Amino acid sequence: MPTVAVDGVTWRIGAVPIVDDVTLHLEPGEFMALIGPNGAGKTSLFNLISGLRRPSAGRILLDGTDVTGLAPHRRARLGLGRTFQTSAVFGSLTVAENVALAVQARRGGATRAWRRRRDRDIAVRADQILADVRLSERAASLAGSLAHGEKRKLEIALLLAGEPRVLLLDEPMAGVSAEEVPALVSVIRGLTAAGGRSVLMVEHHMDVVLDVADRVAVLHHGALLACDTPGAVMADAFVQEAYLGEQL
Amino acid sequence: MSTVVLLTLTGLGLAALYFLIASGLSLVFGLAGVLNFAHGLFLSIGAYVTWSVVGSWGLLPAILLGVAAAAATGALVELVLIRPLYTRHTEQVLVTVGLSLAGVALLQSVWGADARVFPRPAWASEVIGIAGAQVPADRFLLIGAAVVVLLGLLAFLRYTRYGLIIRAGVENRAMVSALGIDVRNAFTLVFAIGGALAGLAGILGGMYFSAISPGQGASLLIFAFIVVVIGGLGSVAGAAGAAVAVGLLQQFVNYYGTAGAGDVSVVVLLAAVLLLRPTGLAGKVATA
Repeated sequence: MPTVAVDGVTWRIGAVPIVDDVTLHLEPGEFMALIGPNGAGKTSLFNLISGLRRPSAGRILLDGTDVTGLAPHRRARLGLGRTFQTSAVFGSLTVAENVALAVQARRGGATRAWRRRRDRDIAVRADQILADVRLSERAASLAGSLAHGEKRKLEIALLLAGEPRVLLLDEPMAGVSAEEVPALVSVIRGLTAAGGRSVLMVEHHMDVVLDVADRVAVLHHGALLACDTPGAVMADAFVQEAYLGEQL
Repeated sequence: MSTVVLLTLTGLGLAALYFLIASGLSLVFGLAGVLNFAHGLFLSIGAYVTWSVVGSWGLLPAILLGVAAAAATGALVELVLIRPLYTRHTEQVLVTVGLSLAGVALLQSVWGADARVFPRPAWASEVIGIAGAQVPADRFLLIGAAVVVLLGLLAFLRYTRYGLIIRAGVENRAMVSALGIDVRNAFTLVFAIGGALAGLAGILGGMYFSAISPGQGASLLIFAFIVVVIGGLGSVAGAAGAAVAVGLLQQFVNYYGTAGAGDVSVVVLLAAVLLLRPTGLAGKVATA
């Protein structure tokens, strides 16, 4: 069963289709990249999957459950995590506190504010997540003082605290300096390594896409042009014309 | 020299009162975005409840009851009046202004408009000699209470889960909700904390001035608001620093200048801070 199934989804503003009859299946443990020129509908598709927008037609399923009508926070509880193009971390808290807050949110711990033992559980889990995104050595720093790439890692850490089964990453490399890219790529590549978590990523850096993706989906004018292995997509004449040709 | 010592300690005592009122006000505004004009009512409730039971209960239990009553009032006001209005800021301000006016009227109708003599522990009336100055001991009562509250608040914010939620919420409330945390519980909590601290300020203020009156809360509240703005909205440490600055400035200018000049100088300080650092001494961190 696919982790995320986008089933004939169309989203129109007035009569204009922004996302046009897209069918896409993200398998468990799969890393899929979503590419396409600006305005192709990539972020709109993310908004439809995460629930910020409702499709005009079609269905969206998470692990076989129809979530088309569910609000974003309900989908998040079903295991869907999402980042945005702009970083969202608490700049006045330390890195460790940011993650602790997210872990505590996941465990519903706010109602038992003074229980010390569970506090230790939270700290242990937070440390573990920080190690996963390779941010342990910055644990005591203020999140506001992090470099762009590190903020991205912290955002991913906040998502991981929610123990998601699917991650939607919207341009994780945006604004990240060239020196920071390799470290961030290796964190992102590691996301699918742990037991069946799937990732869908919008990204413009083609070298990153070809490096990490199992399959690449190409959107153009809201429609799905191709969805195949990176090699096959690169060889596809349509894609070259529609996207790669335009970009270069 | 002895005058300077006396003025300093008196200024710090006043600063302690301002801080107790301002810290709760600042947290409420920083987290919940509510400009709470009814904060002075919490202060008066603490003072009047303590005053009305002190005869039969003794001083310490009366103080505890006063603080608890003020905390309960804070939580109740949040639950009943503020919570339904979180998206409507104008109505919120109107409700708190109305509540403060109605509260003062209610206190007057129950206890009368005249000032009432407020009890104080016997030792607070003594005088302590420091560096040649004869300093009334009540200053130390105020300063000590404020320092304990400051340390307690900082530890609460730093080491507890609710503290973490409050700090994160002051920075970005929407993101805390996006993580799946119900911020509204934290709102009620900061109202209760703010109420308790204001109640304590009312009681200590009663001891300091040896009297309480229904309008006392409102006049102290004006300076507390100035302290909140100077200190930076949402910052407890900023409120402490600003309270000290305002208290000392007021005392010294009132003594060495003409009477009343101290109050004006505080407003001048406020204007200067707003011009030079519009976010206050320790205002909210701007997020990228």
